[in-house]
Amino acid sequence: MELVFKIKRFNPKRDKKPYFKNYKIKAEKSDRILDCLNKIKWEQDGSLTFRHSCAHGICGSDAMKINGKNQLACQTLVKDVKGKEIVVEPLPAMTVIKDLVVDLDDFFDKYEVVKPFLISKTPPPYKERLQSHEDRKLLDGSYECILCGACTSSCPSYWADKKFLGPAALLKAYRFVFDSRDEATHERLRILDGEHEIWKCHTIFNCAEVCPKELNPTWAISELKKLIIKRKF
Amino acid sequence: MIFHYDVVIIGSGMAGLRAAIETGGNGLNTAVISKSFPTRAHSVVAQGGISAALGNATEDSWEIHMEDTIKGSDYLGDQDAIEVMTRDAPRTVYELEHMGVPFSRIKHGVIAQRPFGGHTNPRACYAADRTGHVIMQTLYEQCIRQKVKFYSEYFVLNLIIEERVCRGLVAYDIKNGDIHTFHAKTVLLATGGALMNYSFTSNGFANTGDGLAMIYREGIPLEDMEFVQFHPTGLYPLGILITEGVRGEGGILLNDKGERFMESYAPHMKDLASRDIVSRAMYTEIKEGRGIGGKDYLHLQISHIGKDAIMEKLPDMYKFAMTYVGVDCTKEPFPVKPTAHYIMGGIPTDKDGRVVIDEKNTPVFGLYAAGECACASVHGANRLGCNSLLDTVVFGRRAGKHIMSFVEETDFPLLPADADYNSIKMIENIINSQGKELVGKIRKELQNIMEEKCSVFRTEELLKDCLYDIRDLKDRYKEISIMDKEKLFNTDLILALELGCMLEYSEVIVLSALERRETRGAHSRVDYPERDDENYLKHTLVYKTPDGPKLSYKDVSITKYQPAVREY
Repeated sequence: MELVFKIKRFNPKRDKKPYFKNYKIKAEKSDRILDCLNKIKWEQDGSLTFRHSCAHGICGSDAMKINGKNQLACQTLVKDVKGKEIVVEPLPAMTVIKDLVVDLDDFFDKYEVVKPFLISKTPPPYKERLQSHEDRKLLDGSYECILCGACTSSCPSYWADKKFLGPAALLKAYRFVFDSRDEATHERLRILDGEHEIWKCHTIFNCAEVCPKELNPTWAISELKKLIIKRKF
Repeated sequence: MIFHYDVVIIGSGMAGLRAAIETGGNGLNTAVISKSFPTRAHSVVAQGGISAALGNATEDSWEIHMEDTIKGSDYLGDQDAIEVMTRDAPRTVYELEHMGVPFSRIKHGVIAQRPFGGHTNPRACYAADRTGHVIMQTLYEQCIRQKVKFYSEYFVLNLIIEERVCRGLVAYDIKNGDIHTFHAKTVLLATGGALMNYSFTSNGFANTGDGLAMIYREGIPLEDMEFVQFHPTGLYPLGILITEGVRGEGGILLNDKGERFMESYAPHMKDLASRDIVSRAMYTEIKEGRGIGGKDYLHLQISHIGKDAIMEKLPDMYKFAMTYVGVDCTKEPFPVKPTAHYIMGGIPTDKDGRVVIDEKNTPVFGLYAAGECACASVHGANRLGCNSLLDTVVFGRRAGKHIMSFVEETDFPLLPADADYNSIKMIENIINSQGKELVGKIRKELQNIMEEKCSVFRTEELLKDCLYDIRDLKDRYKEISIMDKEKLFNTDLILALELGCMLEYSEVIVLSALERRETRGAHSRVDYPERDDENYLKHTLVYKTPDGPKLSYKDVSITKYQPAVREY
């Protein structure tokens, strides 16, 4: 089938403002949007710029806005998008470096704020630390995050307050707070307990709606909020 | 600019990150250069597990792991290196757990282990079917903790090696087109896989073997490049990996008649025979007309273990099949075909990750390699599943440790005045080239040629043809031009550079395959169907010379197990 890709282009070194450029291509229903972008780049316009790597939804490189929704270009198929015109834009609320490539420095800086590593004060045993199957299951729904940025970029609280840590960083905090092996809960919750930190989340659920791994950061953030409140009384 | 570092690591997959933790965590001034972001490297897609004889599921020992690996390698693996790896495996996995890897757990809370191809005992330590993802995230977390410096979206152009001393490297900043020199006491190559040169592949777009090409251009040989592993179960028609863990959890391969054909090819291990055996069996079934509906794929059935078990242990596999081919694996089989997956060969190294340049294992000072780009050789002619993750972490750490002691005793080597000259020219040539050839077109042709002529079954005729075709593509590559001429985030340029790398080592793969006139492990010659220990129990080395590639060979280290008949 023939499709029209309407792609938002911007080269800040050359263009005064972003503009849309149309590309016509032939595609199969089973093609990924990423396949289509590659086809355009390889056959029509080598200057079209986007990130990609694993091409099956694990590495997190190609989050972008496709027909109004943040999603991975490699996990969205032509048959999943309605109509014959497909609009592709960079992730919103992030600085565009070029075309569909956005600056992720702030995203990764926020991630580092929550101390994204296991903190254990007890010296480890010779073998593995034991963790029950049930305790390990508490991490399901958080450890799968691929750091693509789709959630944080879709969050109205982040749009309004760039100091907000955002759902991805907070989900990472959850992954360690609820890890039975971690011994820094107090320290972690203290970092989160602030206006621009956890309390800026207004439970909008945009993050859960767009997450390509079907995770629910809003729910995880609420669990963290409950824990912070409980500890105060 | 010129940066100065004790150690510069190229690549941010598992081997690179593990090495960075070792050196950065022990106070060395460490930089990691990645052409993407540290969490995006292709190690992240590893699924089924990391092997170690923990004995959590049944009794096990590192000695059996060693024996399995040697047999899996079709006796081409270096036994001293394999001993180092398998002996260190349990400690390695415990260390990963201590760092925070969220492994799946079984009774009493120990790490869960599942069976895997070619392993006698259940030895694959896993986190559902996301083992690569969890280990990568954990290693990256530890790097943050150690404050390792990352240069993300930098593409390394050339190494600086003079008089057998590595002095650093030259890299291109993708974000703005600047070229920088990294003056370093040591450089570690951890550039990963290289099989984007096949059309049906589980590799990612970044797997263009840049490190292999970089080394080869310096006159350092590439070892055993003919050994390309085809993973039996690539999701048809895309090539995306469906983990061997599916068969580890009880999955079976079926042909068009519904027969469990592996019973006749490998009566004992059946579907869990080593990958070379299973892929060959699948190609044979397809060739003899027993592909599904006469087509070139087969079925992998897992529905019989039940939906709950699938969703708990193989959730991503369920999602991949559902998303990409609309198959519900809790009810229907996966459509699968062998997919280009892993290259056993690579940059020759010793047990400490030092790059060695000849049959006497003479090292290059300050130059190291680890992970898939390296050839220690722990996988020989065929790698066992789960041994690659183990390889990256064991040898990433060992290289890091050796670098520690080397840096302590060494001053910064002298940097040549025009160290970046070749690299600047390299970029200018591509930007200014006015040829008529398109990068995308040549890459597609390369992939089709490799798939057609240098795949699971090989013959003299096909390989000669293939070599001719690749040399033709190399000529045409000189006539490319790119559309994007700007300095800002020029991925058109990067694609051209990567294609140059792929053409370079593809020629080496084919030439090595042509000159190995026997069948061993993943290298299967229809015209020479037997293993020939008398003539070919040796490693291939290919050097780049002004007169074209030159072949040489080196001995295999055999310490405990004499080559024997290999049956599964």
